[in-house]
Amino acid sequence: MTAPLVVFFALAALAVIGAVSLILQKHPIHSALSLIVVMVALAGLYLLMGAEFVAAVQIIVYGGAIMVLFVFVIMLLNAGVEEHTNLSKMAGAPGLLLVLALAGFVAATVAKSGASVQATAQTGVLSSTKGISEMVFKDFVYPFELTSFLILVAILGATVLAQREKS
Amino acid sequence: MVPTNYYVILSAILFGLGVFAFIFKRNLITIFMSIELMLNAVNLAFVAFSQAFGRLDGQVFVLFVIVVAAAEAAVGLGIIILIARNRQTLNVERVDLLKL
Amino acid sequence: MRSLLAANAELVITIVKIVLLLFIVLTVNAYLTWFERKVVAHIQSRWGPHRVGPHGLLQPLADGLKFLFKEDPTPAGADKFVYYLAPLLALTLAMTSIAIIPFGPEPIRLFGHDIYLGIAPPDLNIGILALFAITALGVYGVALAGWSSNSKYSLLGGLRSSAQMISYELSLTMSVVGVLLMAGSFNLRDIINAQARHPQWGIFGWNIWPQILGFFCFFVAAIAETNRAPFDLPEAEQELVAGFNTEYASFKFAMFFIAEYTSMITVSCLCSIMFFGGWLSPFPASWTVTHYLPSVVLVPFGLWVIMDGVRYETIFGRMVLPVVGAAISGLGALFVVLPSLNEFIQGPFWLLSKIFFFLFVYVWMRGTLPRFRYDQLMAFGWKLLLPVSIVNVILTSFVILMWGAK
Repeated sequence: MTAPLVVFFALAALAVIGAVSLILQKHPIHSALSLIVVMVALAGLYLLMGAEFVAAVQIIVYGGAIMVLFVFVIMLLNAGVEEHTNLSKMAGAPGLLLVLALAGFVAATVAKSGASVQATAQTGVLSSTKGISEMVFKDFVYPFELTSFLILVAILGATVLAQREKS
Repeated sequence: MVPTNYYVILSAILFGLGVFAFIFKRNLITIFMSIELMLNAVNLAFVAFSQAFGRLDGQVFVLFVIVVAAAEAAVGLGIIILIARNRQTLNVERVDLLKL
Repeated sequence: MRSLLAANAELVITIVKIVLLLFIVLTVNAYLTWFERKVVAHIQSRWGPHRVGPHGLLQPLADGLKFLFKEDPTPAGADKFVYYLAPLLALTLAMTSIAIIPFGPEPIRLFGHDIYLGIAPPDLNIGILALFAITALGVYGVALAGWSSNSKYSLLGGLRSSAQMISYELSLTMSVVGVLLMAGSFNLRDIINAQARHPQWGIFGWNIWPQILGFFCFFVAAIAETNRAPFDLPEAEQELVAGFNTEYASFKFAMFFIAEYTSMITVSCLCSIMFFGGWLSPFPASWTVTHYLPSVVLVPFGLWVIMDGVRYETIFGRMVLPVVGAAISGLGALFVVLPSLNEFIQGPFWLLSKIFFFLFVYVWMRGTLPRFRYDQLMAFGWKLLLPVSIVNVILTSFVILMWGAK
């Protein structure tokens, strides 16, 4: 086994363990921590693929902003341990089935078409932040502007939602 | 060099776990987190294919997904705070009335 | 054994570097507490620590021993795992971030290998982004510590810190965009080299002049990120009884302490690298006379220490201080004798002096500025700092678009 493969399997195991732990943990803070582990592991995988910029953005935005927001809200609302009723425990079975079906479907598809998708790229292209910025500001400039509009709307929405009604 | 298939299968596993968490968890915030998990799984596939084809489109898409996730988190958590304030609970099973 | 060493030379060098850097950073941390107490004391017309060792110089050692031997209780109802995880996280991330800083321009040639000062490889493309990524994760140390302690003061401290960090991280990131635009790279070495475009300009080639707005935003936001006065609301002693670390004692408390001081050092490094030319000398490159400046500083300082030592009250001080002074003077004299060593020392000398200056500013601010109120903090961050940093980005990109990054 080569070094990249070892790193891949270590990070993949970390990610899967984190995701499973997200499901098994009872307290939302522990779930949030598990999700952070998944995100950091994914950032490691991006680095392994040579996508440095995406890896950094993944940690800065997901790890440093979005998940902090989650943790903040959990602390603010003082969310307690999750409670399950009998009915909701039953929901686990169909969920598991669905997961198995989905994973099987994807595995089958990948196995069928696996030969055609081979890792051909040289990592030099991928690590270029310059390339990404050129794409964002040339090829994808309209979607990019749209996302900035989306963010503006989100800011307004969050402000309106969080405002206390004056009584 | 790690084969692209591995990344895609890992992405599928993570996405499946995300779907399962979405159905199984009962806390509103955790359910929201499982959506983030699914988005992350998709991002992994995007970057893997971007590497496989040697093009940067995939990575640009990932950036867009992250931006949308940030916007979604801001609004979604605002809604969750409102729900918690009005109904004093975060359990989705207790949030079953259209009107208080 | 020899062949094994030779085969894994890179690994061995990196490990040695890590150990050295850890040792240096921890020592500097210890003496930073001494320095801070001394400076704040003199600002407030006091003496500061002066009992343990000459001029209180052994105080850090005494403090360290005290931390080790204190009782280490875990609060009832604390979430054990997270409670133990939080200080570890804070310390690890703070230590990791300093690994990315480059400390000198030229590699030394030792045992047939080029050894750069600084742990990260010199061609790290995402240098500054990686640093921001690590500091971004640093919030969790404080927030989780606050939550897991099961104490209302800690929880308030954790809440404050997470809100504060999210708010100020925006301005922090926006304020460096101007510098990045001027350098055209995320690499810290490239950023410094971009400031050396005109070797004859010396101090006037640094980013501080065109980026003065950016520097203001960066420094203020960085102080808020490190939870230092006047932005130390998460631990405000007077209202929150030390906030997020109320329930931490003994070595776990020391870990938070070390993490805070280490991030102070990182921020000082970043300030000097991005706005003050890093290891560049403030004098034009042709003034080679200035290369003797390290000696000119060190030799008189050592002589002064000797003078002070001979007249010191305690016998221990009379024995130790002259030796220390002689060592400092000797070092200064060594640089004069060995020109190649003197050349090598130029970069690190200037970088370290700048870092020292910013650490002093940190302490100075703590000694003079009162703490912000919480709403003032938020208003300042969102209504002043963020708009100013965005204006800076727009101005910089406009200028670069019109006249190019010269």
